[in-house]
Amino acid sequence: MTTVPVPYRVTAASAETADCVSLEVTPVGQALPGFTPGRFAMVYAFGVGEVPISVSAIGGGHRLVHTVRAIGAVTGALCRLRAGDAVGLRGPYGVGWDLDAAAGSDVLVVAGGIGLAPLRPVVRHVLGHPGHYGRLRVLIGTRAPEDLLYREELAHWRRAAAQVEVTVDRPGPGWRGSVGLVTTLLDRVDTRPDRTTALVCGPEVMIRHTARALLARGLPAHRIQVSLERNMRCGTGHCGHCQLGPLLLCRDGPVVGYHRTRSLLAVREL
Amino acid sequence: MTAWPLLLDTLPQVQRERLFTLAGERDFPAGGTLFDEGGVADRFWLIRSGEVALDVYVPGRRAQVVETLGPRQQLGWSWIFPPYRWHLGARALCPVRTWEFPAAEVRELCTADTELGYELMLRCAALIADRLQATRLRLLDLYAPHGSVPS
Repeated sequence: MTTVPVPYRVTAASAETADCVSLEVTPVGQALPGFTPGRFAMVYAFGVGEVPISVSAIGGGHRLVHTVRAIGAVTGALCRLRAGDAVGLRGPYGVGWDLDAAAGSDVLVVAGGIGLAPLRPVVRHVLGHPGHYGRLRVLIGTRAPEDLLYREELAHWRRAAAQVEVTVDRPGPGWRGSVGLVTTLLDRVDTRPDRTTALVCGPEVMIRHTARALLARGLPAHRIQVSLERNMRCGTGHCGHCQLGPLLLCRDGPVVGYHRTRSLLAVREL
Repeated sequence: MTAWPLLLDTLPQVQRERLFTLAGERDFPAGGTLFDEGGVADRFWLIRSGEVALDVYVPGRRAQVVETLGPRQQLGWSWIFPPYRWHLGARALCPVRTWEFPAAEVRELCTADTELGYELMLRCAALIADRLQATRLRLLDLYAPHGSVPS
């Protein structure tokens, strides 16, 4: 881990949706080792600023992919990068998904919007280790069909025996799939509460609602992992911008067991 | 969890069997209409397989799908309350298999067997509350560009 940005080169920039781009980056010199699903990097758009972005793929040759949504100056600059451009990375930071805890159990992935990005490496990992995990279910909620990430890859996941369900809030004229909140998809899967680990990422309201729905279906809180976001700045647990009660999410998160955050998420302005 | 429809999942077996004496199997082809907005709500369904779209008629536009329902879910609660009229329309998005329940008979059973009636209404109330809450959250437009989504 370094506190100084290390230069990486953009080797591919793929538009996922109208405002989301996946940047594949490789180190110009020394690589940053230690990225695992759920951990994040501070990604620096030179001359503009840096933002925390989870890895959405971890490849060979120290190749990383970050999926970025253009919602501000920095993310907008990152989304305008093209192959050959340079970007700065520092990290990896934080605690990722505890996949050891999920070994031997069914894995239930619940993603809302761009929350699918930090979960994509989980799905790839589970599919890449048949026999280590039980059944894999991926439930995705998104705003509209055109906002769905990784469409081609979802087909691959289905072919690889994952149950993948997608629901949208705003169906277009050609949409023939589900419409509604992502939690409604929980009714479609035959969950074994005592043998399931749930991994949830998305807007915090969606996380709370999903976690409550999972608890109602009998999943214990410690088997629900959630990825949370606060205003991360230093990434090293020093500045305190990302504090959530006793937790500093850049250091103690972003992935945290719901049994540790359940009460914290109910506190306003925390 | 069992594969029972959610409405019946935790209902005691005796009550479940009593309710099922009224049920019949009913299939709908893809594109088939289950009911139209404003029509008489004289039955409800528990979906066994397939997907049903609930829609709202908007003059000058095609019907707007507001929600879909799938396996294990209950289709219809307008049959519980007067004036027993559907609030939405419903079409099968694909071949749909259901258990169909006649509303008047179920209401009569609930009146005659108040314990069953109470249990059934509790579950219907929970269903309505759940869908209301889901609708409220969708009003927030959580996945909008400036939502609180971590990337």
